Amino acid sequence: MTPLLDVDGVTLQYKTRDHLVTATYRVGFQVFPAERFVVLGPSGCGKSTLLKAVGGYLTPVEGTIRLKGEVVTRPGPDRMMVFQEFDQLLPWKTVLDNVTFPLLVSGRASGRDAIERARTYIDKVNLNRCAEQYPHELSGGMKQRVAIARAMAMEPDVLLMDEPFAALDALTRRKMQEELLELWDETRFTMLFVTHSISEAIKVGSRILLLSPHPGQVTAELNSVPRDGAGDAARALEERIDALLFSAPKEVPLAHR
Amino acid sequence: MRIADAPPADRPERFATPVDAAEFGVVQKRLSTWERVRTFTPLRKAAILVVLAIVWELYGRRVNNPLLLPTFSATAQAFVEALVSGGLLGKVWTSIQILLVGYAAGTFLAAVLTTLATTTRIGNDLLETLTAMFNPLPAIALLPLALLWFGLNSLSLSFVLIHSVLWPVALNTHSGFVSVSPTLRMVGKNYGLRSLRYVALILIPAAFPSILTGLKVGWAFAWRTLIAAELVFGVSSGKGGLGWFILENKNTLDIANVFAGLLTVIIIGLVVENGVFRTIENRTIRRWGMATS
Repeated sequence: MTPLLDVDGVTLQYKTRDHLVTATYRVGFQVFPAERFVVLGPSGCGKSTLLKAVGGYLTPVEGTIRLKGEVVTRPGPDRMMVFQEFDQLLPWKTVLDNVTFPLLVSGRASGRDAIERARTYIDKVNLNRCAEQYPHELSGGMKQRVAIARAMAMEPDVLLMDEPFAALDALTRRKMQEELLELWDETRFTMLFVTHSISEAIKVGSRILLLSPHPGQVTAELNSVPRDGAGDAARALEERIDALLFSAPKEVPLAHR
Repeated sequence: MRIADAPPADRPERFATPVDAAEFGVVQKRLSTWERVRTFTPLRKAAILVVLAIVWELYGRRVNNPLLLPTFSATAQAFVEALVSGGLLGKVWTSIQILLVGYAAGTFLAAVLTTLATTTRIGNDLLETLTAMFNPLPAIALLPLALLWFGLNSLSLSFVLIHSVLWPVALNTHSGFVSVSPTLRMVGKNYGLRSLRYVALILIPAAFPSILTGLKVGWAFAWRTLIAAELVFGVSSGKGGLGWFILENKNTLDIANVFAGLLTVIIIGLVVENGVFRTIENRTIRRWGMATS
């Protein structure tokens, strides 16, 4: 089986006002179709920068990123991003127009077809009542749902999620995680999901990549627990990840798995 | 009050079943008529206008010198007479025609310049240098030069009008573009939008509050410049506008008409501000939640 997304030895650097910061150092991983691939690491491990590089906003100084065998050079509608910020919706468009707009401008669908497709996905995230509302009339959770619907309606090769639930309150976050999994059950999309929350990684992901901080380097790549499994397995995995992230690597050898 | 050492231990737990909201309906109270009148902005503004008119009328009567300060009623009368028989409407039309041409041309040039500035780095440097040079330069100071270059015609007026509109519109639009959030920019790029489509479909609507401010400032500058320019060169122009009307009546010491001319300028300003720009605001940035007030 060939990977859908192949990240190979990617080193990323960006400039601040007076420093050249290395965000990740020779990070490599492969994402296969229908995987829910989570990149997990503490803040400052370059996981968001890594996602932006996959999105095409940043060129690696070393290594390559390939999507379906083609090197990623710039942003495009085959990799739809969902951001953490609530202001990612276009405030001058209604919910329906926000979902329809990328379909139209990217030429993925046109006219009535686009509207129908948009409505289907708005329906999937349970927002059909709000289709004619403007983003400023929605709550944070609803805005993130629209952003997810917008990205999914494009039916991209891979969905890039940059901590989409991090700015939500705990109750809404839990609900959104479950809804995301339900959506995955329906459409089996491929997803690259970045988070700093261990429990979110276990809940949302099928495979988890651990990054070390400053600069981000791969420390482990684990399989998550089955979703219908008992809470014990999830708790055990959480402790293992905790140990891997926060203690010296030699104490928990990779052979342990 | 004394601070307790521990929370009370014997508090019982309690449970309740929420009533369905449909059963008690929404609790709302209508505002009283007086409250509604007080919160209706156009009415409050109209009241201010009425008070100003009364103060003007009273003071005008006390001064009792129609050559220095005609009363409000005399001005209103002169205004109506000028409208009906004095050709004021025609003069207003002449002014507005030139104004619109200059405004449209200035806005168009501003659009070209800012688009250039957002898509290329040299364009950005060009815009910043040019606005720094020309924005502080009063348009009317260019009039002698314009008269020399283009002669005593509407081309000279258009030239100074463009100068007065171009820089504030370009400056505001550019600063609006610069402050569009990085997230929205990334969203636009994510859709595969580039260059002109990116500017038209993402940057312009996202920066619309600043653009509208620029258009308003540009409109006000254009008005001032036009009236001032007409005052200077209306003397030898056969077909004058509103500024010319003011100057002509000053020369014949018909001061009530001078005031009527000024009143016309004010009225047109109010209509454009509260009619045109307010409507655009209500339909765009207010509906989109991009305006705070």
